[in-house]
Amino acid sequence: MTRKRVASSVIKFIVLTVILILFIVPFVFLLINSFKENMAITSNPLSLPESFSMVNYMNAFDKMNYIAAFTNSLVITVLSVLFISLFAAMTAHYFVRNNTKFNQYTFMLMVASMIIPFQAIMIPLVKIYGSLDLLNSKWSLIYMYIGFGSSLAVFIYHGFVKSIPKELEEAALIDGCTRVQTFFRIVFPVLMPTTATISILNVLWIWNDFLLPSLILVDPEQRTLPLSTYNFYGTYTVDYGPLMASLVLTIFPIIIIYLFAQKYIIQGVMQGSIK
Amino acid sequence: MITEKGVWNRLRTRLLFTGPTLFAFITVMIIPFLYGIYLTFTNWDGISTTLSLVGIQNYLAVFRDIEFWKSFGLTLKYVFYTVVLINVIAFMLAYVLTKGLKGQSIFRAGFFLPNLVGGIVLGFIWQFIFNNVLVYLGQHASIQSLSTTWLADPDKAFWALVIVTVWQNAGYMMVIYIAGLTGVPNDIMEAASIDGANSWTRLRKMVLPLMVPSFIVCIFLSLQRGFMVYDVNLALTKGGPFSSTQMVSMHVYEKAFLSRDYGVGQAEAFVLFLMVALITLLQVYFSKKLEVEA
Repeated sequence: MTRKRVASSVIKFIVLTVILILFIVPFVFLLINSFKENMAITSNPLSLPESFSMVNYMNAFDKMNYIAAFTNSLVITVLSVLFISLFAAMTAHYFVRNNTKFNQYTFMLMVASMIIPFQAIMIPLVKIYGSLDLLNSKWSLIYMYIGFGSSLAVFIYHGFVKSIPKELEEAALIDGCTRVQTFFRIVFPVLMPTTATISILNVLWIWNDFLLPSLILVDPEQRTLPLSTYNFYGTYTVDYGPLMASLVLTIFPIIIIYLFAQKYIIQGVMQGSIK
Repeated sequence: MITEKGVWNRLRTRLLFTGPTLFAFITVMIIPFLYGIYLTFTNWDGISTTLSLVGIQNYLAVFRDIEFWKSFGLTLKYVFYTVVLINVIAFMLAYVLTKGLKGQSIFRAGFFLPNLVGGIVLGFIWQFIFNNVLVYLGQHASIQSLSTTWLADPDKAFWALVIVTVWQNAGYMMVIYIAGLTGVPNDIMEAASIDGANSWTRLRKMVLPLMVPSFIVCIFLSLQRGFMVYDVNLALTKGGPFSSTQMVSMHVYEKAFLSRDYGVGQAEAFVLFLMVALITLLQVYFSKKLEVEA
């Protein structure tokens, strides 16, 4: 490498490091202040904590009803993502293999619906499901996520199913598999990478979603993690210590997952965008 | 394809494969969407069980609602700045981070980090940064513009919201641009550089035109996210001070659920839908025209 190129990559490296610090620093401030007392936070938010007291965390953990909120979030996210992937894969597969005019139009309708913003639907949604007495249940919420998430999932699967050779399935059918067996034994396993991509995109969305659960889940014990954080913040506006701790507690699970699955998450987002 | 014998068997397979998705899709998206259009012509107050048709009164009310147009104008301004800044920054980061620099995967992971965290939490973190950390810095380092909190000043609060949005989304779009840049074929870049094109010419004449599909996706996504912004807005400024940062999504929410003006709220949501649809369709249409084959 010439000297000029070395110099330019050193400069790039330094500039990127500065930007990276700017990206990370809000989380660092959050973390250091989560261990401090209220007085210490307001008098100097930049100082490091004197001791790593867990008082704020215990406080927040209790008052947020952390375990319940975490469990709710987990159940809702896992089941929604599971059902979206499974049903959407089946639908996309059926659409590709039975390429009739009707299926083409249905597919086009699903794709076109992706342009509809949630705000255009939220009021009638609350009215319809409220009058059916279906609000305030995580099962309704999961069902709605399937409805909102299926368009994009079918769209992405559709593109990949087309690349699976038809002969593979025909061979299985001739060997005596039913269509359902063919799907579960041949097609769905082949679609695994796509399923991973779709799951990652949906986990990021559903785990962090706020507006829809805030409209559907009214009872405090039904709250998801973002709802519980929001509510906790609203009631403890001046008690900075526990507030900071509650935010750290909310971020913590996803950071742990990110540390392990970082490569897959970034790859998933990449692949989801290509289609 | 081998298909089942008999109408019933075929119907059963169809229902099994497409039933759950289509049923959820229709009952969650399509029916509420159509019912929403109907609601815009009624005077529902959220409580009464009877609705009466009021014609286009709600739409007239939308035109008279100064607050709605104020929040809409503000949203347009916000969308403009965030879309430009997000995409410029994301593209530059992606461009540098596809050159085989040392530690580039750590950089990628770091820039993507804010996307893992929900808007509510991000908004609260930055509320703390703007109200405490930056004010402390401003007062102790005598930086005039930071010594009082940005969130109490209508104009600065707007920029605070822009900063947080750019910080939140730049990493996500960067990942999409990285995917696009890795798809630019190496051999034609090498051929161009042998033919004497310098890196600036290669970027302008080759990389940018080949990247049009990525630009379409990223601009589409950042447009949509911008128009729909709600949770960061709620957690960071709650629309304040004096509803000076109230974006259109929050306005629709308040109109319907807090003022119990569901008909007008829904009409405003529908006007928002039409505008967003128009803008995104125009964007996709014009960007498609720029697309080239490698």
